[in-house]
Amino acid sequence: MIAWSIHFALSLLATCRDILPIAGIIIGFQLLVIRKPLAHPKKTLIGFLYVLLGIAFFLEGLEMALFPLGKLMATQLTSPEFLGFNPNQQPLSWQAYSWVYVFAASIGFATTLAEPSLLAVALKAEQISGGAIHAWGLRIAVSIGVAFGIALGAFRIVTGIELYYFIISGYVVVLIQTFFAPKMIIGLAYDSGGVTTSTVTVPLVTALGLGLAEAVPGRNPLLDGFGLIAFASLFPIIAVLGYAQLAHWLGTRTRSSKS
Amino acid sequence: MLEIRFIKQLFSSFLDLLPILAVVLIFQVLIIGQPIPDITRLIIGTLFVILGLTLFIQGLEQSLFPLGEAMAYAFAKKGSLFWLLTFAFCLGFGTTVAEPALIAIAKEAANIASKGNIIEQTEAARDSYALGLRITVALSVGFAIVIGVLRIIRGWPLYYLIIGGYCGVLILTPFAPAEIIGIAYDSGGVTTSTITVPLVTALGVGLATAIKGRNPMIDGFGLIAFASLTPMIFVMAYGILL
Repeated sequence: MIAWSIHFALSLLATCRDILPIAGIIIGFQLLVIRKPLAHPKKTLIGFLYVLLGIAFFLEGLEMALFPLGKLMATQLTSPEFLGFNPNQQPLSWQAYSWVYVFAASIGFATTLAEPSLLAVALKAEQISGGAIHAWGLRIAVSIGVAFGIALGAFRIVTGIELYYFIISGYVVVLIQTFFAPKMIIGLAYDSGGVTTSTVTVPLVTALGLGLAEAVPGRNPLLDGFGLIAFASLFPIIAVLGYAQLAHWLGTRTRSSKS
Repeated sequence: MLEIRFIKQLFSSFLDLLPILAVVLIFQVLIIGQPIPDITRLIIGTLFVILGLTLFIQGLEQSLFPLGEAMAYAFAKKGSLFWLLTFAFCLGFGTTVAEPALIAIAKEAANIASKGNIIEQTEAARDSYALGLRITVALSVGFAIVIGVLRIIRGWPLYYLIIGGYCGVLILTPFAPAEIIGIAYDSGGVTTSTITVPLVTALGVGLATAIKGRNPMIDGFGLIAFASLTPMIFVMAYGILL
């Protein structure tokens, strides 16, 4: 219990250290430039403490429960014993890793759904759009994008195809979609690419990428282990733009069939 | 009243977490065929995550969102572009330079560069490379928020800038050293932390609401998109120049 309390205090301290620059900038500008007192200083301070405590508990819980298990599973799924062969004898075809792709997609979907940054953006989007954009719908669209992205990223590590072929074609798709998507959604779609990969997703996905690059013969973990996060930030953009186009298209079709 | 909301939020956090639990349990038990190593730790840890998520959302709506919006209004009312842009830069630079995920990735990148004989194989060379990379990314995020804020004020269409940025990424990629490409692409994703995102989003939306002729839905978002785009360009340029 005492050891645990020390551990928790340390992670709380680490969170404080991460927040310090932001708090310093806000307080500095508030005092020196804006020179106006905050509307609800007490409420804001308490809210800030909630955020601090919340992140500390969140990280502590992840460290305790999910990260060790998730990382263990990433290594187990890519181990030769599980795949049932000796990798030094003959190279496996990419189909042999099918459970890895399923795991990559499921863990990508599930972790994104619990990502606090995405939750924040989705709440704000629902509030501003007056409910036209549903927080849940947005989060599911983003999660599907991440799931697809990570599975494709795992496939890339297994086959060893160059990273930038995928990324460049992904960007070309985004560019084409941008021309056709409703203007309202573009900013939000681009933003959702950046918010998907933070506290929950990055450690698990990195473990998966490095484990996979170590297990597949001929891959260099230093070179091929990276790049999964890039996939996870690219495909949500495509998913959200696609979701908006679909909703827009269905909307116009219903309207035109009624008239 | 407050307690009911809290319990509701706890429940919805539990629902948010349920998919991860399901994936982990199903894979561990059914596919890998191993028992769960330490079930008490799993349960306690999960409870912590749920409590943490609930507190975070509570604090978000009570503190970070109103704070970001209040500052956006105050700057818009003050009308000083210089101070607004300075604030934007500080917010981007200050929150990124100390970001733990970025520190980890910069260290990893220095190891790769050292093994690939791009830099000398000494501790000092690795440290200075990692620090240089962190400063580069932090500068690029500061720059991104400045451009994003300027865009909201001037009303430039977002997609021109984003498309221009992507073209920059596409053009730089063939010239960048192969070792840095994966890191450059990843560094775009790791720069935006859990506290920065709500603040920056609230700032953008607040500005777009406060300035006449801007639509918060069309103009308010996009700051984070810049913050994940410019690091890719800056890091590749860093790799080319070194």
